[in-house]
Amino acid sequence: MRADPRALRFGAAITTLVLASVLVTGSSWLLAAQTVVFALGAAWRSPYAMLFKALVRSAPKETEDARPPRFAQGVGLVFAVVGLAGYLTGITPLALVATAAALLAAFLNAAFGFCLGCEMYLLIRRLLPAAKMEVSQ
Amino acid sequence: MTGLWVVLATLALGTLIGVIRLRRDGRVRDTDGERLSAADLGSGLGERATLVQFSTAFCQPCRATRRILADVSELVPGVSHVEIDAESRLDLVRRLEIMRTPTVLVLDRAGVIVKKAAGQPRKADVLAALAAAVPES
Repeated sequence: MRADPRALRFGAAITTLVLASVLVTGSSWLLAAQTVVFALGAAWRSPYAMLFKALVRSAPKETEDARPPRFAQGVGLVFAVVGLAGYLTGITPLALVATAAALLAAFLNAAFGFCLGCEMYLLIRRLLPAAKMEVSQ
Repeated sequence: MTGLWVVLATLALGTLIGVIRLRRDGRVRDTDGERLSAADLGSGLGERATLVQFSTAFCQPCRATRRILADVSELVPGVSHVEIDAESRLDLVRRLEIMRTPTVLVLDRAGVIVKKAAGQPRKADVLAALAAAVPES
């Protein structure tokens, strides 16, 4: 499966804006919405990518492997779920730290094209050698 | 209010990380010279030098790195390019302290690691590293 890198970058930029808004407003509803977006992104149904496709009709110059960004969306999902749990239970430090971690990853992707979630993969595998993660095509 | 400060701090940290990464990514460094055998690599050493690339499925710049190294090994006679799936060789990953993919090692004809680059290296840097690894070229 191939991904349009422009759509990924666009999605990361919107994610950055949404997560920054969550931190400023403290809205658990907005974070819940972003959590759903992460889950859809991990399932390769990213609404942000679909929005990009609707707005930009031209074909990408080159495409890239869809597995790294999908995995990264899964990492984002974990942080968003933890952040959401923090907001809903009123454990503010947990909510702020987890949401900020997701914001950091989204910002690095949007501004610099670095995929922090992807880079975490090998480190996670080094720590958990027994876990074999499913690589779905 | 705290949320706003968290956003600003996160974006500042992200900018710092991003700029450092842009400057360091793929830079070729000298190493302490551990030796790898053909058995370690799972394939024969190059006649004059070997380019070893560690990759994972969830790695965006691995494909571009593969292209660069394949180009270089075609360009310079006696240089072979070996790609290792980091996940299936976690023993080697730990032994060589590989934290990220792609990581590129430049081996001399005896299999001694003379250079190491974490992140996607530039073609010119790989050629320069090879020139150092293969003095008679």
